Amino acid sequence: MATETWYEITVKVLKKHKVDLVTYVPDNVLRPLIELIHADPYFTAFACAREEEAVGITAGAWMGGRRGIVLMQTSGFATLPNTLASLSVPFQIPTLMMVSERGTMGEFNIGQQMVARTMRPVLDTLMIEAHTMTRLDEMEFILDRSMIQAWATQIPCCYILSPLLTGGKVFAA
Amino acid sequence: MALNVNQPLKREQAKVMSRFDLISRMVAKIPDEDAVVGGIGWTNFDLWAVKRRPRNFYMLGSMGLAVPIGMGVALAQPDIHVFALEGDGSLLMQLGCMATVAARKQTNLTVVIMDNGAYQITGGQRALSDEGADLVAIARGCGLEQAYWAADEDAFEEMIALAHKEPGPRLIGCRIDKEKPRETTERDPPILKDRFMRALGVKQG
Repeated sequence: MATETWYEITVKVLKKHKVDLVTYVPDNVLRPLIELIHADPYFTAFACAREEEAVGITAGAWMGGRRGIVLMQTSGFATLPNTLASLSVPFQIPTLMMVSERGTMGEFNIGQQMVARTMRPVLDTLMIEAHTMTRLDEMEFILDRSMIQAWATQIPCCYILSPLLTGGKVFAA
Repeated sequence: MALNVNQPLKREQAKVMSRFDLISRMVAKIPDEDAVVGGIGWTNFDLWAVKRRPRNFYMLGSMGLAVPIGMGVALAQPDIHVFALEGDGSLLMQLGCMATVAARKQTNLTVVIMDNGAYQITGGQRALSDEGADLVAIARGCGLEQAYWAADEDAFEEMIALAHKEPGPRLIGCRIDKEKPRETTERDPPILKDRFMRALGVKQG
């Protein structure tokens, strides 16, 4: 039996929890997930001009009774502190985020390396549940349990996809 | 003056109106089941002051996100119409959202812009909307074709009524004066959210 990929596992868990709205700003590492989601009529998926907007849309959808997730890369997360601190966290909206991690394990762009350092301190400061996902065999458990926790506690959750899981973006040296 | 689709107005041709009066007219005109999302600042304060309408959501912070939040509510509640009420300075901060609304053809969404050309809440500093940035023209450039300046109060009411007659999305630009809001929004985010979700029937018990 072929092993499920990280993006197949993600789609399976999103469906299990009825997360059918996917907003994103494109990213190369996330491409197979984005393509799988677009190919599946279960999902309403579209790109936004900016990550803040993508979070605003899923926040509105949550209040309207529909579950969503925002996909982005690390530099995109760096545009979000104000939105998370003034919308998701104080209004107790369980914003789900999936971030492909740049800036580490073979990064070639110093800007990505610098901005990646800001992500975990922001998540910790805002008391947002965050998991760095490195192993395929742990992925379904972490995704599944953390979604249950997000709905129950009304606290946002951020899944950080490590290059150890996805292969990351490779520098053609 | 009635809405004139063939000869859309420029910003400087639109009448300068009262924010409180326009929001009062809007709230009187729309059905109770419709949702209204208020952006930050004096627009939000006057939405609060006009009526404690259960299906209103009041943002606090997250400047520029009234339209995306409204779009999210519209995606989740396709059977009602959603109005996103935003100030000119706020929309200038998140112009890309108009392209998203247009591209997705969010038919049950109307964006209402209150444009006084200034950041009133921070001391009345001049905004780019007073230096040549025409938000209705920008909306059209984003592909939001049904974007018009409201010539006067009657035209505004006519445009609001269109929400239940013809599919959107649409954007209504309103030039307003610098009158202060009548009240200040309650600042208790979980309560504001909870009331809105219960009014929509999403949360029960």
